[in-house]
Amino acid sequence: MTADQAVTLIGERFPEAQVERGAPDRPGDPLVVSLRLDQWVPFAQVAKDALGCRFFAFSTAVDWKEQGLDVIARVDNLDDRVSVLMKTRLAAGASSCPSLAPVYRGADWMERECYDMFGIRFEGHPDLRRILLSDDWEGHPLLKSYAVDTPHPPYR
Amino acid sequence: MSAVPRHDSATSRVEVDYAGGERLTMNMGPQHPSAHGVFRAVLTLEGETVVGVDAVIGYLHRCHEKLAETLTYAQYPSIASKTDYVAAMTSEFAYVRAAETIGAIEVPKRAQYLRVIAAELQRVASHLLWLGTWCMDMGGALGGGATIFLYCIREREQILDLFESLVGARLLYGFYQVGGVRYDLPPGWVARCRETVDLIDQRIGEYERMLEDNPFFLARARGVGVISRELAEDVGVSGPLLRGSGVAFDLRRAAPYSSYEDFEFTVPVETEGDCFARYRVRMVEFRQSLAIVRQALDRLPEGPISSRPGLKSVAQIRIPKGETYARVEGARGEVGCYLIADGGPKPYRMKWRGASFSNLAVLPHILPGHKVADVVAIMGSVDPVFGEVDR
Repeated sequence: MTADQAVTLIGERFPEAQVERGAPDRPGDPLVVSLRLDQWVPFAQVAKDALGCRFFAFSTAVDWKEQGLDVIARVDNLDDRVSVLMKTRLAAGASSCPSLAPVYRGADWMERECYDMFGIRFEGHPDLRRILLSDDWEGHPLLKSYAVDTPHPPYR
Repeated sequence: MSAVPRHDSATSRVEVDYAGGERLTMNMGPQHPSAHGVFRAVLTLEGETVVGVDAVIGYLHRCHEKLAETLTYAQYPSIASKTDYVAAMTSEFAYVRAAETIGAIEVPKRAQYLRVIAAELQRVASHLLWLGTWCMDMGGALGGGATIFLYCIREREQILDLFESLVGARLLYGFYQVGGVRYDLPPGWVARCRETVDLIDQRIGEYERMLEDNPFFLARARGVGVISRELAEDVGVSGPLLRGSGVAFDLRRAAPYSSYEDFEFTVPVETEGDCFARYRVRMVEFRQSLAIVRQALDRLPEGPISSRPGLKSVAQIRIPKGETYARVEGARGEVGCYLIADGGPKPYRMKWRGASFSNLAVLPHILPGHKVADVVAIMGSVDPVFGEVDR
């Protein structure tokens, strides 16, 4: 599986997905695939099975304020060095996203962290609870609306 | 012994169909000597056998990712070293690489070599601490336990001495800067470094003989804590754990950065996936890292150590709009920095992919079925650093 074959395959299976290739002088760059929310999990399954991206590197989110939240996941094909960075956009105010945990076991902890930090509810996650912060923490610190110096007794 | 109850590892909940006997929930940690940090494993036990694990992390959480949004590209690298404080060079490296990639900032050849030397010495220092503490965890099997630990600490001190004379610090360095490195080698450093490298190379062989001639060590490491290749990739396990599970993947070889393509080294791979395989991978990595240091010292180019003028203000470095994911092969695996720049002096968003976080996430999948004593051996073989897990 080369990057060219991967782009063709993604184009056939997900014609609405936008695929960006890295700069030609940086062959190691991942394919950046922007997906509709309902294609998020089906695409991950195809990435794992058809593209051979079985290595779950990480997933996270980015808060674009009034433009909503981006959910991001990166998976790699370690044998052929093909990498895919998947992105999907949650509308402003929305905080629900399908979970990748049924496809990749690595998504379990990563999505718990994402829920902890951004308040995104991953539908279908087997055990969605805070992972880094305490269970009684209020708010989600990596949202841009959460000030760095937000007080939270008894923690400092 | 009745059959081990089915443990649905995806949920960390236990469905027990045991016949007789009692189930016990036991907290291992957060203050447990084998945790090498603050880690709490809530173990569900049937007799001595683990049937369920709930891993509780976050005790060292400082929200580095939020912190990075408030600090400039010049300020953050020395803070980055506080994520993985056992291999502080690694996370600095990942962060400056991310900023340099977005900003298309060149790094002079000499600086690239100095970065490699620091990173490889750091890997040796980190592996030494791992070997010592892991063997101490397994205690009595090694004739008193602390023997290897003290030997390893003795060798690690020599590397920390080298870092101290180079940077002025022994644990957290701030050596890497966007565009290069902060300090050039002081007089006499190369000769001292060669002596240290030779000494450690010889001592590694002594440890190997001490351990691999010891049937108790082999009994506790062989066949214990097997991670299959499929599980390793699915969870995102990297570094020596991944290579111990049969995947020949090392970022220094697969996606060379900072002139790693200039050096000759082998990537060790073992297929068993057990504690012993991970041990063997790291033992070979010791020698490969030392070999890379020797080659870099031999061929160290002359020239500047940074492509940027000395900093006049902390906000001087500006990175154009863009995003990237920069990764380096740390002592524990793939340490990645996902950085989004908005054109200002500070990042818009920064995500750490801590190798220890993903490596630790494999524990709930492999611990069930093992005895409590093996939990200690397996956890040590994973080599987590909780500053990096919790960030």
